[in-house]
Amino acid sequence: MNANTRPAAGPLEARGLEAGYGATPVFSDVSLRVGPGQVAGLIGPNGAGKSTLLKAIAGVLSLRSGSVTLGGSALRPSDGRLAFVPQREEVKWDFPVTAQDVVLMGRTRKIGWLRGPGDHDRAVAAAALDRFGLGGQGGRHISQFSGGQQQRIFFARALAQEPSVILLDEVFTGVDAVNRALFREAIRDFAAAGVIVLLATHDFDEMHAVCDTVGFIDHGLVAYGPVATTFTAERLRETFGGQVAVIS
Amino acid sequence: MIEWIVEPLRYDFFVRALAEIAIVGVLCGLVGCFVVLRGLAFIGDALAHAVFPGVVLSYIAGQSVMIGAFVFGGLTALAVGAISRSRRVSEDTAIGVIFAAFFALGVAIISRHAGVKRDLGSLLFGSILGVSQADLIATAAIGIVVLTVMFVLLKELKLVAFDSMLAQSLGYPVFRLDLVLLLLISATIVASLQTVGNILILALVVTPPATARLLTDRLDHMLAYSGLIGITSGVGGLYLSYHLNTAAGATIVLWSTACFLLALVFAPTHGLLATRRHAARGEHHEHHFHADSEPRTPS
Repeated sequence: MNANTRPAAGPLEARGLEAGYGATPVFSDVSLRVGPGQVAGLIGPNGAGKSTLLKAIAGVLSLRSGSVTLGGSALRPSDGRLAFVPQREEVKWDFPVTAQDVVLMGRTRKIGWLRGPGDHDRAVAAAALDRFGLGGQGGRHISQFSGGQQQRIFFARALAQEPSVILLDEVFTGVDAVNRALFREAIRDFAAAGVIVLLATHDFDEMHAVCDTVGFIDHGLVAYGPVATTFTAERLRETFGGQVAVIS
Repeated sequence: MIEWIVEPLRYDFFVRALAEIAIVGVLCGLVGCFVVLRGLAFIGDALAHAVFPGVVLSYIAGQSVMIGAFVFGGLTALAVGAISRSRRVSEDTAIGVIFAAFFALGVAIISRHAGVKRDLGSLLFGSILGVSQADLIATAAIGIVVLTVMFVLLKELKLVAFDSMLAQSLGYPVFRLDLVLLLLISATIVASLQTVGNILILALVVTPPATARLLTDRLDHMLAYSGLIGITSGVGGLYLSYHLNTAAGATIVLWSTACFLLALVFAPTHGLLATRRHAARGEHHEHHFHADSEPRTPS
């Protein structure tokens, strides 16, 4: 995987982020710092702003205030340092494209205006599909893959973007054990290569399995710190408002 | 058979109509792919209706209907773009309000001009047999510009159509690309208006791509098939209307609908028969409903 990723030049730093859709912000005053090679999990109830926070960092949603920097310089979508893996439901899987087309879309910016993908882009896309167990299947239409495989296509696309920061939105939702293991391994590989990973999830298992730090999101960042000391029963009860029975 | 094809070519008006519908067939077929894939059929119909006052005003001024249509088409595309950005009213509601208002404006203008009322039919349903040399050149010129822009931006338009969030996370100006697409659709409708008129133009924009989509799962193939179906429907429909003495625009639309119905039933994988065959064999075409399987490695 190292050939396809670039280690982050420095930490990802978010300061005083606020974003939202309507009149009231979904979250405000979020500040966090994730170092190169670290995996930060974002956890919180549905609608608490996990996905919105990722979208705001990814530039999909514009920030109302605050700033995001990577290694000290402003992180802009157009600089190609960031890959965003959306929830699988967010695209139309009946769109007439193949798995390879989707992976190549991740390289659109690198290919540039007025040009088509070259041999190198195709090689990168093929290697990325291969890394996620879909080697040789790039020519199949995207609706012919299972849900877990579609998620793998998205992972392959993120890999083909050769990012320093990767944002994963609920990638473990509705995924079977085989794919879960594959995605955990991929996240660890990304981190080992010096990539910064932010993972929004409502899945507690993933905190201990892959995350170094955890952020509790509830219309803001309620708590943030190492998983070992921050991911506690009291904190879970506080964030989820007593809806959680914690079995230790 | 040869006589069937050659006989109408004696008339200049028929040859001009043939050239016009060939250009329009390809243009609408290609641009229409994005209308279908983006789910913009309603916006397309709204644009076609909203240019009506422009058509009427040009007609009264004795100018090519394309001039007025172009002005109102551009205005509507920009208005739709602006409305889709604000969240005060839902997008389809706002579009409904705009297009009905513009169409009403056209009708109101007509009601004040007795001379125009006589030609209402040709204004609403096109007059392909009345296409002039100048109209033909204008259609070709708009067509070349629209298709050039579309193919230059094809990779980006495809990206935004499939996954606008990825486009945004890559830093693309998604709103401006959407606006470009709306203007391309608008220009296509304006250039094609004279063939079948405001009411039926949507069929040329939507039916060939919908047919092509049933025949393939690849966007580049879809574009090619849609262009081909567009041109054959146009030419075939025009000939048929000549020999059957039916309205040209309506015959073209019906021909293209017949192609769609054939594809709907007989298309290799997406057709009703193929789907039924798969079901009988216990296969599902919609593979994504399968439970997750083991990761498949190349064998």
